[in-house]
Amino acid sequence: MNAPVPKAVAAHAIAPRASGRPWTFYVLLTVFILYVIALYGPMICIYILSFQDVRGGLVFPMKGFSLHWFVDLFTQVRTGDVKGSFDRSVKLAVIVTIITVVVSFLAGLAFRRRFRGDGVVFYLMIGSLVAPGLVLSIGIGLLLNFVGFPAAWYSSAVGAQLSWTLPFGVLVMFAVMSRFDRAWEEAAYDLGASRWQIMRLVIIPILAPGLVAVALFGFTLSYDEFARTLQTAGSLNTLPLEIWSMTLNVTSPSLYALGTVTTIVSFVIIVVCLGTIGHLQRRRASRVPA
Amino acid sequence: MAARDDASGWLYISPLMLVLLPFFVAPILVIFADSFMQSDGFGGIIVNPTLQNYIDIFSSGLTLNLYYETIKFTLLTWLFSLIIGFWVAYFLVFHIRNPLLAIGLFLLCTVPFWTSNIIRMISWIPLLGKEGLINMALMKVGAIHEPLEFLLFSGFSVVVAYVHQLTIFMIVPIFNSMGRIDKRVVEAALDAGASRFDIMRYIILPLSKNGIALGTIFVVSIVMGDFFVIKVMSGGGSASVVGALYEDVGVLQYPTAAASAVVLTILVTLIVTAILRTVDVRKEITR
Repeated sequence: MNAPVPKAVAAHAIAPRASGRPWTFYVLLTVFILYVIALYGPMICIYILSFQDVRGGLVFPMKGFSLHWFVDLFTQVRTGDVKGSFDRSVKLAVIVTIITVVVSFLAGLAFRRRFRGDGVVFYLMIGSLVAPGLVLSIGIGLLLNFVGFPAAWYSSAVGAQLSWTLPFGVLVMFAVMSRFDRAWEEAAYDLGASRWQIMRLVIIPILAPGLVAVALFGFTLSYDEFARTLQTAGSLNTLPLEIWSMTLNVTSPSLYALGTVTTIVSFVIIVVCLGTIGHLQRRRASRVPA
Repeated sequence: MAARDDASGWLYISPLMLVLLPFFVAPILVIFADSFMQSDGFGGIIVNPTLQNYIDIFSSGLTLNLYYETIKFTLLTWLFSLIIGFWVAYFLVFHIRNPLLAIGLFLLCTVPFWTSNIIRMISWIPLLGKEGLINMALMKVGAIHEPLEFLLFSGFSVVVAYVHQLTIFMIVPIFNSMGRIDKRVVEAALDAGASRFDIMRYIILPLSKNGIALGTIFVVSIVMGDFFVIKVMSGGGSASVVGALYEDVGVLQYPTAAASAVVLTILVTLIVTAILRTVDVRKEITR
């Protein structure tokens, strides 16, 4: 396999094993770099602008440097109930995450083999994913009215958000399950393990990194969910609803400060989840006998 | 055995159904039923079946224009996110030789997906505004003398915000499909004298078709269901079908909103079904 690649071919190759890069590499590298700059650049701008002092405005240049707008965010009444909505959003996201992980895990197990009506369930799930969020939100709102159940962030909003996070969770489970070898499960069964033991000692440990990935989706999608929560959260706002009303009313850098705070929360979650996945995989790799 | 498989399958799937039935199927049915009712003007509903709500939609030039606008933004967003997403995925799969580096760069692209969409949208304001970074920079180098007005609160900024949010939905499935292409197929084609263009046309494009289809489903359904990006980023200059629907709900005209919701949902379903006919999405995901 180590035969030298003829020069003419190498210069042409899309993915040559060795030798220089074709010109397309540099074109696409430029495209990629521009994409990443466009992806992160604007976000970084508002993080920087949120650290202005009291004279700060919505655009560059930077006016001073302070934490004024962060203090403003959590103390001023006119920016709304940021603290309360932040609190509710995190609690709501935790509830949604736990349910998403458990339900997606079970659904992932179900979809491993075909059963009567599995196609219907699959397309219902896709439907729930692509349905316009506000349409579902209004539908759920009307339904609650009809049965006389009061909408609240800890009840109806949980269900509304699950209709969005669960399809994602199950799709991630599909990807995770496709790498799960049923022979492991059967081996445990042959060795006399009970169903519960197989679940606890074989399936869950092997799928653990995938379940953390499902949790990452569950938390972040719930924490940012807007349209489906709009008509189902009742009288108390979640954070995205609060941000939405701020974008319409507040024209000070407190809006950017809120952006910085909420992004920090998202990043903490992402780092914790990706770190956990990496840790679980390293631990597993170290256990495999050489 | 088959009967036992069915039973255990439904046992495991029942929690999912317990969410989908009350929070997806039932609301859609309620909306559908509501769309044939009349409003009493105070948020209540008069049970008197009528097609008037639908006739209003299709006879109003204003409403049809909303659909035209929504479809226009959907197509533009789809086109740009596809072009960018396709080449970014292609670059990561075929040009990055170190697989760990490819995964790392891929994660770099996906991280913003897990952060707030609203914040990512408003982050364009200090860049595109009249006194924004781009206008200031262009005036400084003397390219323009007056600030460009079309950059913010226009159709342009709406498309920018959409593409910024949604390109990731193209990158992930296309990256996934391309990652499965056997590199030896490409090399065999090269050895047989295929040009770069031939390889793209006969190998890469057909084999990443499923990823493109999946990405398209995401982008189309999200843009067609959106109302806040278009509201904030167009500065009120453009509206969308869902935006109008939200206004109707604001003035308690539930049946009108419901009819509009039904038409929109049917439209989205038709598009998604048409795409699903070209690829076996289930096989693509579970494989």
